[in-house]
Amino acid sequence: MRDVFMRELTGIARNNSDVILMVGDLGYSVVEQFRSEFPDRFFNVGIAEQNMMGMAAGMASEGCQVYTYSIGNFPTWRCAEQVRNDIDYHDLSVVNVVVGGGVTYGPLGYSHHAIQDYALMRSLPNMTICAPGDSLETEALCRHISTSVGPYYLRLGKGNHKLHVDRDINVGDGKICLVREGDPKNVALATGNVLYETLQDERLTHRAIYSLPMWSSRSKALVRESLIACESVITVEDHLLDCGFGSWFREAFNGIESEYPRISNWSFPLSICGSVGSRNRLHAKIFSTDHS
Amino acid sequence: MVKDSISFSKKVRLTSLEMVTRAGASHIGSALSITDILAVLFVEVLAIDVNNPKSPTRDRLILSKGHACVALYASLRHIGMISDSMLDTYGEDDTILMSHASHHVPGVEFSTGSLGHGLAVATGKALVAKLRNMDWRSFVIVGDGELQEGSNWEAIMFASFHRLNNLIMIVDANNLQSLTTVQETLSIEPLTERIAAFGWEIEEVDGHDHQQLSACFSRNRNAPTCVIARTIKGKGVSFMENQVAWHYKCPNPLELAQALREVSNA
Repeated sequence: MRDVFMRELTGIARNNSDVILMVGDLGYSVVEQFRSEFPDRFFNVGIAEQNMMGMAAGMASEGCQVYTYSIGNFPTWRCAEQVRNDIDYHDLSVVNVVVGGGVTYGPLGYSHHAIQDYALMRSLPNMTICAPGDSLETEALCRHISTSVGPYYLRLGKGNHKLHVDRDINVGDGKICLVREGDPKNVALATGNVLYETLQDERLTHRAIYSLPMWSSRSKALVRESLIACESVITVEDHLLDCGFGSWFREAFNGIESEYPRISNWSFPLSICGSVGSRNRLHAKIFSTDHS
Repeated sequence: MVKDSISFSKKVRLTSLEMVTRAGASHIGSALSITDILAVLFVEVLAIDVNNPKSPTRDRLILSKGHACVALYASLRHIGMISDSMLDTYGEDDTILMSHASHHVPGVEFSTGSLGHGLAVATGKALVAKLRNMDWRSFVIVGDGELQEGSNWEAIMFASFHRLNNLIMIVDANNLQSLTTVQETLSIEPLTERIAAFGWEIEEVDGHDHQQLSACFSRNRNAPTCVIARTIKGKGVSFMENQVAWHYKCPNPLELAQALREVSNA
């Protein structure tokens, strides 16, 4: 996904001289093309995320479209207030791009597990979360963001799964994307780096599978209207249940008195915290947990 | 010109005192501490267009110690960027003049309030000016206690490494913070040597001497500049000067009358 992102960004930068890339001392073997093509618009700010996000806000306030690049928790929790006050409150065009979403860096331990990042980002009123499930969605999201204003959180996994599913992708805040036909009344709704496993899970074989690669605190109503006629919805995410995507989806039905779908949330159990292992082994906790 | 800025500072002090009293607000001591700095900046230094607060060629000024905003709002009133009627909403429900600097106010570059944010933002702006070959400057006012926030030192490191000689950080060094002196809380001294060691040019001035302030902003620079303005919290009102309590207290009517009298007669 990160290679797809960087290829897209480099193309975007060729057509927009206001595009800036700032990295927090990360991106080995990923950023070289951008850096060599646009040396004046590439900044490695060093290991200093607070400064990176504050500066990104300052540059965006002068009309730049700033992309920052780091690992999940560093440009989020480490500098939560810079993201909240400087970027989101001022509604500035900063795209906070992270790799290592979820437990992509499973063996590296808790410091590198971004399993509470949705919690922070989805509570910010101007922020839009972009969590692609595959490289097709990554491309579509990059193109959408490049013509948009305001803050984005682009959360990439490390993998580059090709789903081999022929589909049109029309991304937008709160727009669900059909990935596989199935029972339209009983569906699964995945966001981010779990789409591949969602398609593989035998318990979901009969269900229609949707992806929601872009969502925010402002798009609950749109998702609710899209799925309110369903009998059941299973949400799937690589994040803790608390304050995550599934919780967000439940909140979409807050105050609705008419009948709405039964909802189950497949997410990481609390036992993920401190667990170490390969991404695939850790992802089994999402799919093997008793969610009943 | 200095005479103009001194007259301006007197008006800003009077207006600030009246505003906080009417609103029942805090932080008058902090506002009086930076009033002379703001007066010199607005009257003599900043390239601004009062009819176009967003002019692309303007100098940028960020008040990182956003709690002192009443002096900034009063300055904007006296420079002609905001009206009396807008000023009168200070302290009211739904006002855009919240009690920390708000970017919704014409002439306020950036919202602040949490300390340790403004310098990085100002650094980002200075970098953009360099990239675009623009000659406007990026000014930021920080508190001395605020320099305890580590985020400032990340920006200080970046700015000198990238030779941002269009960035000017003014430290309002009044040596008071929330509970007691900076010196007794967590000393930042020797500040001059510390910031110089990061590669910045340093000016240490009396933060209430308009001539000294004016002179240090007019020199050409080869590196980012730190103006350490030695100030007195509550400057201009005898019973507020150097008193921690006036970080919080709001003058009662008798105190306001005395304060206005002292400033008027100064």
